[in-house]
Amino acid sequence: MKDTSAETRIIPSRTYAAVWLALLVLLAATLAVSRLQVLAQYSVLGSLLIATVKAGLVLAFFMHLKYEGRFLKGLLLLTLAALTLFIGLTFADVWYR
Amino acid sequence: MSTATGHIDAAGKKMGMWFFLFTEILFFGGMFLLYSIYRYKYAQDFHNAAAEENIVLGTVNTAILLTSSLCIALSIAAIRRGERFFSSWLQLVTIVMGVAFLVIKYFEWMAKIDIGIYPDSPVLLKMAGGEIIFFGLYYVMTGLHGLHVLVGCVVIAFMTRFTMKQTINRENVARLENTGLYWHFVDIVWIYLYPLFYLIT
Repeated sequence: MKDTSAETRIIPSRTYAAVWLALLVLLAATLAVSRLQVLAQYSVLGSLLIATVKAGLVLAFFMHLKYEGRFLKGLLLLTLAALTLFIGLTFADVWYR
Repeated sequence: MSTATGHIDAAGKKMGMWFFLFTEILFFGGMFLLYSIYRYKYAQDFHNAAAEENIVLGTVNTAILLTSSLCIALSIAAIRRGERFFSSWLQLVTIVMGVAFLVIKYFEWMAKIDIGIYPDSPVLLKMAGGEIIFFGLYYVMTGLHGLHVLVGCVVIAFMTRFTMKQTINRENVARLENTGLYWHFVDIVWIYLYPLFYLIT
């Protein structure tokens, strides 16, 4: 099997450093959102949204998912869809019990 | 392992690691499911209990793990350029950060145990139902996450040894790559634990 680009590609250190900086900025942002009274009503949604952006950055660059093929991306999506389904069905049970 | 022709199936090894990570997603996912259901049922208790958490230590630990992820990613890039010593050094820095994370976690747990908050303690059992569940989930989820950090540190230590012995080299990086994937995954779990236990009050 031919090596795909994901196995041999060297991501420049500058890219990694930029991603790391972005992660720290997002960490500061999520702290700010949770502390500011004005944003209190959005704190749950805001915190989880920021966490998901952080997780996405780690997945895309540190775990180089950005450079992977459709197969692996699809499998990850399938796993996340299964988890979403479990959570969704359980909540449906809790709500309508 | 390399075959007679010297071919290394890096793509296959990577796929195997990802399959393992998918099971890990579902493993932690079960606990995130419990958290969300009980948070929904006991919103006020969770709010009160989360005020007990030390935000400074939680934030410092998040920054440590994010930085350690950068280090292991850079160590893989370094070995691919053939920089063996720099790569080993970055791996050791990653381990030191993992240990620092666990030491901070130890002080956080001890601070709670000192005021009587630990599973089945008389103080905890007098609290509201939702608070008991919150601290139960806190110990189980951060405990299992901490165990993953500990395992990661041990595995990286082996990788450092392989790197120094040059069985991990610029042509054969798969084991270090997979270790990196695992470490980043553990980082992502913490990225979600941090807001759920420290921020959402």
